[in-house]
Order: sequence, then structure tokens, then C-alpha cells
Amino acid sequence: MRGPDMDSLEISLTVNGVPVRRRVEPRQSLVDFLRYELELTGSHVGCEHGACGACTVRVDGALVRGCLMLAVQADGCRVETIEGVAGRGEIFDLQQAFAEENALQCGFCTPGMLLTAHEILRQNPRADEMEIRKALSGNYCRCTGYHAIVEAVRKVGAARSGATR
Amino acid sequence: MKPAPFAYHRPTTLDEAFELLERYGPDARILAGGQSLVPALNMRLATPSALIDINRLPGLDRIHLTSDGLVVGALARQDTVEHSPLVARHVPLIAQAMPHIGHLAIRARGTFGGSLALADPAAELPACVVALGATIRVAGRGRVREIPAAQFFRGIYTTALEPGEILTEVVVPPIHAGWRSAFDELARRHGDYALVGLAVHCRLSDGAVAEARLVFTGVGLTPVRAARAEAELAGRRPEPGVLAEAGRALEADLDPPSDIHASGALRRHLARVLLSRVLGRLLEPPHPPLSPDRGRGKDEGA
Repeated sequence: MRGPDMDSLEISLTVNGVPVRRRVEPRQSLVDFLRYELELTGSHVGCEHGACGACTVRVDGALVRGCLMLAVQADGCRVETIEGVAGRGEIFDLQQAFAEENALQCGFCTPGMLLTAHEILRQNPRADEMEIRKALSGNYCRCTGYHAIVEAVRKVGAARSGATR
Repeated sequence: MKPAPFAYHRPTTLDEAFELLERYGPDARILAGGQSLVPALNMRLATPSALIDINRLPGLDRIHLTSDGLVVGALARQDTVEHSPLVARHVPLIAQAMPHIGHLAIRARGTFGGSLALADPAAELPACVVALGATIRVAGRGRVREIPAAQFFRGIYTTALEPGEILTEVVVPPIHAGWRSAFDELARRHGDYALVGLAVHCRLSDGAVAEARLVFTGVGLTPVRAARAEAELAGRRPEPGVLAEAGRALEADLDPPSDIHASGALRRHLARVLLSRVLGRLLEPPHPPLSPDRGRGKDEGA
């Protein structure tokens, strides 16, 4: 049964600093909105139940699963995707370390890995290998490139904490 | 997969939310953090006619101290609770349990009350509030009810919430001197639902266990209190022999289910392992100095 309530709703938000206004269907996920409406295809759609982390984005500064938030819920929010975060150079060191450590592999999980790694190091730049592994356990790499990813994050953590000492 | 269509409402007052609950009846679902509900929508395990998004209801995310104890608002995000100095100081059991819930991005969005209202028998927070003797406050149109946590969980995904009611906050009574607590769980991968989890809240007196509350997760339809093992510990020093006896008493306390993840026998074995591990930790000196606040909590009066 479809009623007027189920029709599209207008939302306004900023995405990577740009004001956006669109009509969306309530059932559209935030990650689908970003990919299909705004053509920001860096965030990937993997499992669609919050297990794989490929859809990770930031909403009002917090890391969230783009598949577990509805686009309508982002109304009035500040959304940042990998395009915005990388475009500003915020994670240049992580991107470089991923390349150097061969942590990129097929690249499908990379945007989520980078955003999660950035948050891990923001919370604790001195995170050790076990802490990094635990925190990255929410992001699947289907190439199983975990070791290289953990190593890249650890190196950036060491550099960042050394630089701020 | 994608959700089936639904109507979406975002009330800004509790009264508005109650009206919507009445209008849609049992077909409506409350959307809080959405970290369990949205996957269920995506997989079409749930096809509600309406979602009532309570995320913008004001005031329900507060964490504050009152004469009744520490009050944690239902909409407090799990990572806010995790980093709250008030929670660390007044409810260390919950502070210990939080990092076991999902992953960074899940806790950033998931709510304290949502986890309780969902009543997943493998979840961490239901066991904690039962062990702590907390009170669950729920509101309906024109009324507020207080439900002891031990009576709140009725079955798998089933609570004492009645139609038209919303879980608003949880009150954890003040914890007096001598009470100690610890939480741990065994999961296949960090952040996954535990095969078995254990919340312990107990009072030590002269090195002996004066009272103990042992609440297990993942071993039944609700958080399960291990009464016989508690009795085994009462009045005794938690020495290895005593812990072993308490572990044997779990045979009578727990009848865990077998499923695709683990057999009942394995779960019962893991429960014994956890019991001696968690109680063993309580023998150590009092809670280690709390790490300085990482400055992310929304505490008041800290």
C-alpha cells in the first residue's frame, strides 16, 4: 500500500562542504543517495547490513555506516565522503602509506579502511597493532590484505604521534 | 537488498511520537540508532508500514547524575557512553562492556536504549543493566512507568514495553563501597555477537564475596542470572577451588541453545571459562586508574 506518506521527502544537507537539496524516497540509504543522486561513488555498497564497512562515511564528524542510515536521516547534517576527506588532503599520509605497503589490492574496501584508520588514529595515534586490528575488524577486505593495511596504519600512527610530540 | 517502502516520520516531541504510534499501531517501528533495525529492513526481515525516527527528540541523549543514581538517556550514542567520565566513574561495568559492542562506526550511531529495547539475548547491555539492578523508564501517552531491569526482558526480542510506549532512560542506582564489577565475552571476531558474555557485579567484604550477581548473555532467550553459582560464591573467598565449584554450579544454571555458531555444550564450557576469568580479575587490585577523559562525552556535572 502506498500513501502520500511514502512519497519522497525533501532534504537539505552539506556533502563535502557543498550544500545539497534533493527529494528522496524514505527507504533510500545514505550510501545509495551519495552514489546514485550525487555520483560520489567512492563509498561502496558491500553487505548492506553493517558488517563489511565498505560504505563508511562521516556524518557530523562521526564515522557511520552509509548502508545503516537513511538519506532522510541526514537532513540538516554535514556529510563527508572519501572524496571530500581525500580531496582536502586530510589523509594524504594514509593514502601514501597504503600505496607503499601494498595495502590497496582491489581497492573495494579502501575508502572505508582509510576513513576507519583515520578515526582510529584520531582517537589514539599511538594505537598498537592489536588495537588497530581490533578496530579494523569492522571492515572486511575480500583480498585478505589485512596485514599490509594494519602495517600502513601503524606506520602512519607512529609518524603522526612523533610529529605532534 | 533494499527495504520495502514505508512512511517516515520524525517527531520532535514525545507527544507527537505517541500520536504516531497510536495512528500506525503495531505496524510501526521506532527508529533510534538503526544499527539492528536497518539491516532487518534491508533484508526485508522487517517490513513496517511506518518508521518513527526518534533521533531528534530533545533531551533523551543526556547522561547525568541524580539522587536516584546515574541516568543514561535512551538516545545516548554508544560511543558517547563508552567515553563518558560519569559512566567510567559511576558504572565501570558498562564502561567495560561498551568496546565489545560492534565496531567504531556502529557505536557512533547505535544508542544505549536501542540495544535494550531490541532485547537481543546475545547483546551486552541487557546483561549489564540486570547485573546492576538498574531501572528502565518508559513513557506512554500521559504516563511514565519504571520497570526493574530483571523484569524488562521477557524473551528473544521481547520486552515489557507495551504498545504506545517508548524507552526513555535508564537509572543505574548508586554503587556503594565494596562493589566491584567486570565484563568480558568470547566472540569469534572482535565486535561480533558473543558466543557467551558475562557481566559480574559483586560486593566484596574482607576478601570474601558477600553478594554476587552473575548475568550471562548468549546462553538463553534473555540475559540469564546464574543463581546457583552466585550461591556457591556467597560468603566465600574467590579462590581457585571456590571458582571451580561455582563453575560446576553453572551446569544447573545454564541450558544454552545449540546453533550454527556453537553447540550448547561448547557454550556451557565457555561460560565456565569466562566465569573463572572474570571473577579472577576481581581478585586483582581495585579498578585501575581511569584513563583521562578523551573529551567526547556529553556529560553534565562531570
